[in-house]
Amino acid sequence: MTKKEKRERKKYLLISVISFAAFILIWECVTEIFGLIPPKKLPSPRTIVNVFLYKLSNTNPDGSVLTAHILTSLKESVLGFIIGVGLGVPLGICMAWFEKFDLFFKPLFDLIKPIPPVGWVPIMLMLFGLSIWSKVTVIAIASIVPAIINSYSGIKQMNPVHKWVAQTFGASDRQILFTVAIPTAGPMIFAGIEVALNASWVTLVAAELVAATQGLGYMIQTSRMVGRIDIVFMGVLVIGAFGALFTWLLGMLRRKLVKGGR
Amino acid sequence: MEGKKLNGNESVVRLENLKKSFEINGEDVQIINGINLDIKKNEFIVLFGAGQCGKTTLLKMIAGLEDITDGNIYINDKKSSGFNEDVGMVYQTTALFPWLSVMGNVEFGPKHRGAAKSERRKKAQYYIDLVGLSGFEKHFPVQLSGGMQQRVGIARAYANDPEIILMDEPFGHLDAQTRYLMEEDVEKIWAREKRTVIFVTNNIEEALYLADRIIILTECPATVMKEYVIDLPRPRSMVSEEFLRLREEISRLADARESEAG
Repeated sequence: MTKKEKRERKKYLLISVISFAAFILIWECVTEIFGLIPPKKLPSPRTIVNVFLYKLSNTNPDGSVLTAHILTSLKESVLGFIIGVGLGVPLGICMAWFEKFDLFFKPLFDLIKPIPPVGWVPIMLMLFGLSIWSKVTVIAIASIVPAIINSYSGIKQMNPVHKWVAQTFGASDRQILFTVAIPTAGPMIFAGIEVALNASWVTLVAAELVAATQGLGYMIQTSRMVGRIDIVFMGVLVIGAFGALFTWLLGMLRRKLVKGGR
Repeated sequence: MEGKKLNGNESVVRLENLKKSFEINGEDVQIINGINLDIKKNEFIVLFGAGQCGKTTLLKMIAGLEDITDGNIYINDKKSSGFNEDVGMVYQTTALFPWLSVMGNVEFGPKHRGAAKSERRKKAQYYIDLVGLSGFEKHFPVQLSGGMQQRVGIARAYANDPEIILMDEPFGHLDAQTRYLMEEDVEKIWAREKRTVIFVTNNIEEALYLADRIIILTECPATVMKEYVIDLPRPRSMVSEEFLRLREEISRLADARESEAG
């Protein structure tokens, strides 16, 4: 990185910090300081920090401390996400590469694709009850769909000239798949994984609102019912923070695996 | 030149009444109609044709990337069928793998044949240096100019040690200045490394500057129209009397060919 780039980066970081601080400040002003919006409607940032600390050790009103909710949600979302992506990416690649595979799975996939993931909640609830598996399966379904779609189209984007190059070097079909097609699809696969990550968190909360005894979605739902809007806000922000954290981790992995400025 | 002529009866590539047709919208369209050609070892052959017809297909057939409709291709007196490791190719558009560095691209061929890392690195480095890209080994194609990308393409073809190198209008997309420099370099590399080169172009100066023999192809379907043995000493001056005379003559021939086709 050149000196100039470094300076630019610093400048942008500063702008991001300022915008974030300004947002918190305005929020604090309209709630706590000037009282423009009553705390029953919008709790102040200070209240949210306090309730965050409070929930770390207190089980009111939903029966578990915050860390227990976070752990449950993480377990469900990460497990569901890994299953979904772990099945979806190879399946998408195989469907794009092997025609027979495509013919076999396409009708089934076309049927499943349009179903909103949350639509599976009642079914999984009947199958798995309130255990984490009712959520894990729904999340897996939510993340498998974008993983398949993107891997499939990523492989289909292979430049025929690249294929010729590999062929003139004597590469077999299998070698072309691994040395040309999959690297070609890299950026698309990662975009699919990112969408799947998003989908997994969206679905997680939706599923927990309906069918759970623990988890961030459950905490939010219970707090809403007893009028604890501060906990609702805190819960939403915690979900946002974890979403951002995972997106960042995925970005790091992407930079490591997808080379060549694509 | 003289030396080459003395041992010049070894035929490396022989095309025997080669024909190719494609089915387009249910109709058989003939692209190549009976080409006979005998190419000697270390000869620099230029296929000169103006139209869109047949030239790339012809190279792809020699490289084993395209089926032969009728006739035969012999490489080193062996009837060619499919992939042949004696043939390397440089493509029209930059066909570099964007996810691999310059080094990764150049060592792709040797790596595929299972060459040990130190051996293939050494070989790749030699050709990277030869095309004047020392210091750019770790760069990715996206960071290189069009001319530099084609240099990598040339190094990649040479690094696999093929006896025959096919070049399909490799400089068609470059600006005039870069193109001129590239022509000089291709000649230098060829003079140093030898190999049999089959070079496709629709640029008369390029053809005259590079060729031992220019094969002028007809419009669609392509067949051999006329052949020129270019005996001018190398490196050639593009303003010498003989060069200009030949240019004029071939240019008139090309015009006649076009008006015939039109």
